[in-house]
Amino acid sequence: MNTNMKVLIVDDYNTMLRIIRNLLQQIGFKDITEAADGEEALEKFNADDFGLVISDWNMEPMSGYDLLKSIRAGNKNASVPFIMITAESKTENVIKAKQAGVSNYIVKPFNAETLKGKIESVL
Amino acid sequence: MSKYSREQVMDTISSVMSKVEGEQAESLRHVRDELAALAKTIEDMHTEILATRSHDVSDIHIPTATDELDAVVGATEQASAKIMDSAEVIQGLADQADEKLKAALMDETTKIFEACSFQDITGQRITKVVKTLRDIEGSVGNLLHLFGGKPVDFQPLEDTRDEDEKLKNGPQLEGQGVSQDDIDKLF
Repeated sequence: MNTNMKVLIVDDYNTMLRIIRNLLQQIGFKDITEAADGEEALEKFNADDFGLVISDWNMEPMSGYDLLKSIRAGNKNASVPFIMITAESKTENVIKAKQAGVSNYIVKPFNAETLKGKIESVL
Repeated sequence: MSKYSREQVMDTISSVMSKVEGEQAESLRHVRDELAALAKTIEDMHTEILATRSHDVSDIHIPTATDELDAVVGATEQASAKIMDSAEVIQGLADQADEKLKAALMDETTKIFEACSFQDITGQRITKVVKTLRDIEGSVGNLLHLFGGKPVDFQPLEDTRDEDEKLKNGPQLEGQGVSQDDIDKLF
């Protein structure tokens, strides 16, 4: 697995950003950028070249779902692997995310093994 | 929110009572008595609601409860940060250990990081509770307004969110969401 790529992680909880960052570092990723909501993430996404996006769903003002749709509808790097990590565990959410083009979906709480497995499956 | 205030209901009852006043029929007398009893019940409720300082529910109790819950979220976030600070220090020290010990220390600190995700989940659950309390605050305000208490801002209680917003519901209770295994089958 190529761990030299830039990874964008998005969550409105600092705790979760720090957890994901630490787990990614243990996997081997070094270039990790954080964003606190979809808007900030989209701005950073369009300003750089990311190889993987990992995002929460439930954020204000722009959700991870809207971020996903914006990236997929955009002109830049629209097919970037996008993993949703969220507490939203209703079937309807998973189906909507899949229809919007999510690469994989992790329900919180999750462990390092699950995160690593999903990343390997989308890269 | 009802279309009618307490005063309007009382006026209507008085109006009906005045119309049946003077009628001799036993049935109309019975109707008049029932209406008088209904009017007294409404007045008693009004008095009792005001006497119980019901405004305190929306003015003091619920705002205090939501502030306390917000403080819980803040405190757990701070505690989680300190736990992760320590875990990162241990990870740094692990670099100085032999490979076997280093692997063991990294495994254990990974478990610490995984466990700290409780803060995110509890934070989202508490946010849902705060929202519910604010809905109750609106209902209490509407009730007080109906019974002649001080005017309060009307807060619509119906779900006005659009379809995408309705997908944001936070953590589900045990048995209400799908498992990671179920999600994996969809991919």
